[in-house]
Amino acid sequence: MSRCVTIVDYGVGNLLSVARAVIKVGGTPVVAADPGQIAQADRLILPGVGAFGDCVAALRERTGLEEAIIAHAASDRPLLGICVGMQILFDSSEEYGEHQGIGLIQGRVRAIPAVTVEGLPHKVPHIGWSPLEFPAGADPDCWSGTALGDISPGASVYFVHSFTAWPLHAEDRLADVHYNGQRIAAAVARNNICATQFHPEKSGPVGLAIIAAFLAR
Amino acid sequence: MSRIRLIARLDVKAPSLIKGVHLEGLRKIGDPNAFARSYYEQGADEILYMDIVASLYERNSLLDIVERTTRDVFVPITVGGGIRSVHDAQAAFRAGADKVAFNTAAVRRPELISEIARRFGSQAAVLSIEAKRRPNGDGWWAFTDNGREHTGFDVVEWAKRGAELGCGEILLTSVDQEGTRKGFDTELVAAVARAVPVPVIASGGMGVTDHLVEVVRLGAADAVAMADILHFNRATFDDIREAAVDGGLETRLVPKVSPDKLRGN
Repeated sequence: MSRCVTIVDYGVGNLLSVARAVIKVGGTPVVAADPGQIAQADRLILPGVGAFGDCVAALRERTGLEEAIIAHAASDRPLLGICVGMQILFDSSEEYGEHQGIGLIQGRVRAIPAVTVEGLPHKVPHIGWSPLEFPAGADPDCWSGTALGDISPGASVYFVHSFTAWPLHAEDRLADVHYNGQRIAAAVARNNICATQFHPEKSGPVGLAIIAAFLAR
Repeated sequence: MSRIRLIARLDVKAPSLIKGVHLEGLRKIGDPNAFARSYYEQGADEILYMDIVASLYERNSLLDIVERTTRDVFVPITVGGGIRSVHDAQAAFRAGADKVAFNTAAVRRPELISEIARRFGSQAAVLSIEAKRRPNGDGWWAFTDNGREHTGFDVVEWAKRGAELGCGEILLTSVDQEGTRKGFDTELVAAVARAVPVPVIASGGMGVTDHLVEVVRLGAADAVAMADILHFNRATFDDIREAAVDGGLETRLVPKVSPDKLRGN
């Protein structure tokens, strides 16, 4: 099987770090901005950093790119969204105004609550390493066969975000984390689409194992 | 309390890792890439590079070092020293940095904080503040240029303004404590951490692991940067984590890597 991964270059995100992580686990990264190239990809990584609105605007400035990503997702080939690259797969966001996402996963992106679950103020952005958990009520086998298939609950990964996605359907949640008691969707999955709020490329050996599993799919 | 982050701070005068006292009196220690890789393998939560001569674009500069670091270091990397514009920040991100830290340029033109935050996100904008206690002991002044240039800014007020302008973190270095191994300026960290809604990284003075526990418990630091305790092998990340946990702090559980499965704990 080809271990080639196409990383979507739409002017945002730390592409170098993603590419280096792919190389580290034995894959071949191809950075591409051209919709024709995206259409040929076996596997796609959609990175993203910064504000939701800026990211979707940058994506839509590049003619045909959003359509190519939607076509890729529809063709059952693996897609991995990272951080804001996860968020923009959702329907909409309220970050600095109202924005429409790509709409591959139903749900909305909202601000992380400014208080802990006890109602005390806490620091936002949520920056740091938090342990992944199964979503409430999920089957303990729910990670097998996914990008999280080679890690176990309790493994910590690196988050940095002020906004968080709320999937409409509970079955789209793949992993959760708790930030001062507030439940956050850490990863979502729907068919061939997987996406992480955390940065696997910055999450040490655990993150590399996630990227390796994505490559093996 | 959320998990504190343990950050390896590497002050660089390219091509060497250096260490000073009170940010001066520099001593060459070795190859920064080798140290960064070793700290990553030991379980550092982040790597912080500070270019103490602010010479971003020279040959074999800090950005070349960062570019090499990203080949085998897979934790967040912050780059500071010489970031004067959005263009400089962009160069650092292209080299593989995840965040940029800036001091002098923001003091001269505070709007730079907003410009970088808007372009790259708040999470990528770290306001670096060098603090010296006032001679009468009452509060702290902000400095630039490794503690040499007085800004006339009160540290707590400047930190609040930085957060309002959009920085996502504050790197707070005590010039008085830096390199002394006598512990952090806990009062300074507490004063800033209480005043701002964004995380505060305490830097300067870690001599023994107890100092870490102290600055988190009494100073409410969200993250701790450490340099010579690591560079001179006075403690490993395992020692530091163990001391943190013994002191009642939560840290990342670093998995012992096994070839097949990566267990969380």
